[in-house]
Amino acid sequence: MPLDPSYVGRSYPPGEPYEVGREKIREFADAIADPNPVYRDRAAAQKLGYPDVIAPPTFPMVITATSSQRLLFDPELGLDYGRMVHGEQRFVHNRPIRAGDRLAAALTVDSIRSIAGNEILGTKTELRDADGELVVTAYATLIVRGPEG
Amino acid sequence: MPAVSYDSVEVGTELPAGQYRVGRGDLIRYAGASGDFNPIHWNERIARSVGLPNVIAHGMYTMALAGRTLTDWTGDPGSVREFGVRFTKPVPVPDDDAGAEVVVTARVTQKLDDRQVRVDLVATCAGEKVLGQARAVVALP
Repeated sequence: MPLDPSYVGRSYPPGEPYEVGREKIREFADAIADPNPVYRDRAAAQKLGYPDVIAPPTFPMVITATSSQRLLFDPELGLDYGRMVHGEQRFVHNRPIRAGDRLAAALTVDSIRSIAGNEILGTKTELRDADGELVVTAYATLIVRGPEG
Repeated sequence: MPAVSYDSVEVGTELPAGQYRVGRGDLIRYAGASGDFNPIHWNERIARSVGLPNVIAHGMYTMALAGRTLTDWTGDPGSVREFGVRFTKPVPVPDDDAGAEVVVTARVTQKLDDRQVRVDLVATCAGEKVLGQARAVVALP
């Protein structure tokens, strides 16, 4: 089922900001089995010049996975979630995410393409802190496999 | 922490390779921490029913392992300015004690301005490349 191409350019303004907790960063670092003290110990993070513990480079996914649900489960878009796979992911960090950040996620649909029977959806999500400064931009490419694929 | 600096690296410098074991329990834990509860990452029956060879690791888990090769090298995870991958092949994780093994190699491919370098990464599982176009821009002291 083709995705509705009129969604290209559509933006979803941020909902409630995501509050980054120290224990959530620790939980995520434990889950990726990364023992780096900068994810757990404030003093270790401060030694590197950060005000508090920072998050691993792929941590923004915790936030964007939630914020993209409004788009992915929008019935008008016509996305079959069961056939969706993650094609590409890219992060551009202006600074590392850190404990205490309140990050608002604004999502834009960058592209919708149809290639070899698959539907390919490109999204961009900007995470901004409480001062409105851009912290991370996350680009995701999602592939909805066609009936044959 | 290794004392890597912009001046100490050149194009072709290899990062220390990473070898990571991935078991079923790791995927359950990652599902919980990330909020990605897609059953293909923990339910073999469902994974096979959609044509996968077994339960597969989250692509983002594999990306996180590749990221660790970068952050272990610099010592400062905040040094990663850009990081992108393409998920080319799944990482099947068998239901046994050994699990899967992901091997990550990386090397510097370009020295940029502002004491930043471009790094290309290769992640393989059982000899197959599982990430494509895995690239990062890293700031070095």
